[in-house]
Amino acid sequence: MSDLSFTLGAREKLAAAVLVVAGLLAMTAVVEVPETQQAVVMRLGDPVRVINRYRSGVDYGMTGAGLSLRIPFFETVVRIDRRVLAVDMDKQQVISSDQQRLEVDAYARFRIIDPVKMVRTAGTADKVQEQLSPILNSVLRQGLASHTFQSLLTIERGAMLEQIRAALDQEAREYGAQIIDVRIKRADLPAGTPLDRAFARMEAAREQEATAIRAQGEKQARIIGADAEARAAKIYADAFSKDPAFYDFYRAMESYRTTFANPANKSQTTIVLTPDNDYLRQFRGTKGQ
Amino acid sequence: MKQNGDGIIGAQTPISPPLGMAEPGQDGTEPGGDPAPPPASPPPAGPRNPWQAPGTGPRRNPGIEDLFRPRRDGPGPKDQRPSGPPPLGPKLFRLPPGLLDGKWLPLALGGVVALWLISTTGHQLSSNQEGIVTTFGKYTGTIGSGLNLTAPWPIQQVRVEDVTSIRRDSVPEGEAEMLMLTGDQSLVDLSYIVRWNIRNLKQYTYQLQDPKGTVIEVAEAAMRASVAEVRLNDVMGGAGRAEIESHVRQRMQSILDAYHSGILIQGVDIKKADPPAKVNDAFQKVQAAQQNANRDMSNAQAYAQQTIAKAEGEAAAFDKVYAQYKLAPEVTRRRMYYATMEQVLSSNDKVIAPQSGVTSYLPLPAIQKKAPDAPQGGGQ
Repeated sequence: MSDLSFTLGAREKLAAAVLVVAGLLAMTAVVEVPETQQAVVMRLGDPVRVINRYRSGVDYGMTGAGLSLRIPFFETVVRIDRRVLAVDMDKQQVISSDQQRLEVDAYARFRIIDPVKMVRTAGTADKVQEQLSPILNSVLRQGLASHTFQSLLTIERGAMLEQIRAALDQEAREYGAQIIDVRIKRADLPAGTPLDRAFARMEAAREQEATAIRAQGEKQARIIGADAEARAAKIYADAFSKDPAFYDFYRAMESYRTTFANPANKSQTTIVLTPDNDYLRQFRGTKGQ
Repeated sequence: MKQNGDGIIGAQTPISPPLGMAEPGQDGTEPGGDPAPPPASPPPAGPRNPWQAPGTGPRRNPGIEDLFRPRRDGPGPKDQRPSGPPPLGPKLFRLPPGLLDGKWLPLALGGVVALWLISTTGHQLSSNQEGIVTTFGKYTGTIGSGLNLTAPWPIQQVRVEDVTSIRRDSVPEGEAEMLMLTGDQSLVDLSYIVRWNIRNLKQYTYQLQDPKGTVIEVAEAAMRASVAEVRLNDVMGGAGRAEIESHVRQRMQSILDAYHSGILIQGVDIKKADPPAKVNDAFQKVQAAQQNANRDMSNAQAYAQQTIAKAEGEAAAFDKVYAQYKLAPEVTRRRMYYATMEQVLSSNDKVIAPQSGVTSYLPLPAIQKKAPDAPQGGGQ
């Protein structure tokens, strides 16, 4: 390159220098704003216009991102995130309306919709986050305090969170931000007494369940046994009622054998027979019987 | 070389800088490349070098570097230009002639430009990828798989992202206990996996500041909300679990859709839903009770089967005998009577006595006592 410039005359050299300076000026006059940012143009410290401002419903590519012009040196550009940002909150204890303590961890999602206002009131998006975090804390505390513990856990959460979102949104508008959503990430029992009480309650409930299961088992066993006995009785009745007289005889014989001729029972019994016993009928030698 | 002795080397190094560099320990004090005559130039102590040209002063020893030194000046002796700056080192890489004249510059520039064009205009995307094309930061389009051409780098840029591969996020990370409150104010130790991918890369890229963190936070919020709606036993049981999983998935999807996040939740899988470690014993007791109850019931079943089987057996036996009895009632009856009496009386003591009042009953205990001594004695 240097070899080239040696062949040029002084006028050409001057022209080249002017060109370079003009090019540099042109570069400072052009601002590149990506889709993820909106840029506030400040003329001597005063915001005059916004490049790529967020408007809901406008698709990407149509919003004004890309190259824009500014007056070099007089206008500076403050870049602000255009995306949905998070406000994180530290865990905090809230007290429900029925005086139960609950440890709550929540988050909010917001977007800067009025960058000029935001630049005036907060300066940067980080500062907005810092400002919103304590507000979220207090709004949440107020909102949760008017609900019972049980309702904090269950479905009423939706309506309650919407109230909290609206309250936080009102505050956030002061910073040019819009609260999109507030969610409770966690709602836990704080360590110590509340947690121990919950554990104790769970244990008691389990004990109760165990007792109930055991009793239920015994009951079922009884029913099964009785059922079987009833069926057995029916079987006996069906069979024996065909001839009750014969059953009486048959069962008596069996019973005598079991009682008097049980090989397992060696104790001897003395049986006194009168001579006119039916068994001895033939023994007597009488005829015609 | 060392065998030559210090004197010889000291005398020869001033005009042989490569040699000096080769052995810095021995002649480190000597300034390499000093064109001044040696401080002392005694004649070589050894026999005269036969290769040395006469009248040219002391000739240096050829170092190993000299052998590889490109002989630009031909094979002539080195001291033809003794006052010039000594070469700094061996020139191992010689540029082809003509390159140093400035002709390579356009060539190199052309190469750089070509490289720049190729690497920033052609974009080869695999089938699971999509790319966001921006023109000076402004969104201009989304490119799919295959080879895509864009304007070169400062004008257009492409951000490639894997969109179809499913990402898995485990909550909580690691094996720590994470307790959640259930609807009946019990606690359950829960861990789960969220599977998701990118549905709309444009929204995913531009809508949220931290899409991945948002997925986790939304998952936590949705899971806790869903678990708080059911009872502990439903969380730990099988059917309730599947219901929670699908609830959480729907809930997450609707929240993320409200954010226009461009994220698709593929599924939520509960990895673990256990009672907290602190109350595990109580849960074990429930299991033990369940086992007890099961045992009681199976015992009862066994008894029932036994009872019924016995009844059926006895009934069948009666039926069989009765069938025979019906054929010959009188004979069967007497036969059974005698058979039974035979058995009964043969295994017992018998006394046949006329019915004569009270007295016959009195000695019965005595007879009973005597009976073991003479069991058959009382028999007739």
